Amino acid sequence: MLRYAVRRLLSLSLTLLVASLVIFVAIEIVPGDPAAYMLGMNAAPDTVAALRAELGLDVGPVQRYLNWLGGMLSGDFGTSYTYRTPVVDMIGDRLMISLPLALYALTLSTLIAFPAGIIAATRRGSAADVSVMGVTQLGVAIPNFWFAMLLVLVFAINLRWFSAGGFPGWDQGLLAGIKALTLPAIALALPQASILARVMRSSLLDTLDEDFIRTARAKGLSTRQTLWRHALRNALIPVLTIIGLQFSFLLAGAIIIENVFFLPGLGRLVFQSISQRDLIVVESVVMLLVFAVVVVTFLVDLAYAAVDPRLRRTN
Amino acid sequence: MRWLQHRNLWLGAMLAAVFVAAALISFLWTPFDVTKLNIPEKLQTPSMEHWFGTDHFGRDIFSMIMVGARTSIAVALVAVSIGIVAGVPLGLAAAARHDSPLDEIIMRSNDLVFAFPALLIAIMITAIFGPSAINAIIAIGIFNIPVFARLSRAAALGLWTREFILAARVAGKSASRISVEHILPNMLNLLIVQGTIQFSLGILAEAGLSYVGLGAQPPIPSWGRMLAESQTMITFAPHLALFPGFAIVFTVLGLNLFGDGLRDYFDPKISRGRH
Repeated sequence: MLRYAVRRLLSLSLTLLVASLVIFVAIEIVPGDPAAYMLGMNAAPDTVAALRAELGLDVGPVQRYLNWLGGMLSGDFGTSYTYRTPVVDMIGDRLMISLPLALYALTLSTLIAFPAGIIAATRRGSAADVSVMGVTQLGVAIPNFWFAMLLVLVFAINLRWFSAGGFPGWDQGLLAGIKALTLPAIALALPQASILARVMRSSLLDTLDEDFIRTARAKGLSTRQTLWRHALRNALIPVLTIIGLQFSFLLAGAIIIENVFFLPGLGRLVFQSISQRDLIVVESVVMLLVFAVVVVTFLVDLAYAAVDPRLRRTN
Repeated sequence: MRWLQHRNLWLGAMLAAVFVAAALISFLWTPFDVTKLNIPEKLQTPSMEHWFGTDHFGRDIFSMIMVGARTSIAVALVAVSIGIVAGVPLGLAAAARHDSPLDEIIMRSNDLVFAFPALLIAIMITAIFGPSAINAIIAIGIFNIPVFARLSRAAALGLWTREFILAARVAGKSASRISVEHILPNMLNLLIVQGTIQFSLGILAEAGLSYVGLGAQPPIPSWGRMLAESQTMITFAPHLALFPGFAIVFTVLGLNLFGDGLRDYFDPKISRGRH
């Protein structure tokens, strides 16, 4: 197990290193000098040069890449070209919204999908199964940002249960913050819950067909006992993978949903930075999200290998 | 009456065909000109004249949805083609040289691309070149490459152990010739099904990208941007937000049903296990 983990960790570090290189080179292609852009057209050349030095732009690309990489490893993401504040602080503030939003949505989608998938699988062919399959078929076809707009129309504008957007800040109390994130989390969770419920259903159906389930029934366990003790535990493996994969989609999806609700999260930050050509912020946010995706995939693989020893060998 | 057993296939095909037809017809005819502003008739609710109403510039929503279908379908279709054209040969090559450094390089590069969700690729491309429909195509296309590479590698690896491939090898055919002449034709079904799924995901992704302003730019109508523009008017003109949304949902639903139906059609064994 340890050898497997170390090998996967090495390959993860390599992926991240290459990803950082790709991101850096891609952003380097962008024409124009951020210092000149910040100071405007009438800036004196020596002022521009001074600012270039201050931003660390006066060294060669290789040195700049190493500085950026080294900085990130020590928690220094550089300074925003537009706001002149440390990028790490800006990202930290925004993460306080995007991360809870993604986790909230993940929790919701799991809470919806598990019972729905289990009911559909254990009552195959029943009205409940048909409805779950129908609703989930629709759920995967609905764009989450459009669903978010419909939620605003119904629950914020017509019923006035929630505010239509904005975020009060966590200092206004946990409840106010959670309330502001509820509609966005539901919008994010719906398509994910639909996918998860379908995976849960088919995985459980496959497991229920296995010989060991028949053995469990034959030795006298009730349907319920068989389900909880044997079937669910085995059916969970593919479901776990999907949950891991979903996390990256949730983070990316959160970027779009934040736009619908005017939430000051990572998404708003990245779009603002694109329009202001604050490339160091774009670079850092993209790197951070790639990091999150790669690490979550790694953790899922590890959990997988811990549950199922066969996977350690085949990989 | 075999086709009656494939209800999903036909229902999906018909739904998707409606939007493909709308896109094609829009090249020749639309009820109203979508580039012409008609401010006196702005924000009308659906009527006999304007079936889906008009937007804040007085443009006919029905006509805009027809033209918007072009953008969605074109972007998704080209993006799937990029995924197939680049991904399938990579997957075939990796399988033909299984466990070689080439296989390793291809698979690790796949992992690398997988670490970038389509939205992140789009964000980077937009940061560099600015927003456009072409950039949306590239972003979704790049995202599709590892999907097809992994699928074809897995399918090809299974086929390489089969006897008819062994026969071809004994006959002295090269690995690349076997891949093209024997492996590829035997995995076409899989590719078609996956292609349909990626096509519908592409429509969703294009809508999302144009919604946040990273896709098609004005004056090209696109469903995602129509939704973005409707957002500020949702309190007094909710119909602006409804119709483009329904267009996306029905297209994606149609393609998904079509894909499911195709899978059942190609492999009836699977459907018996699932339904």
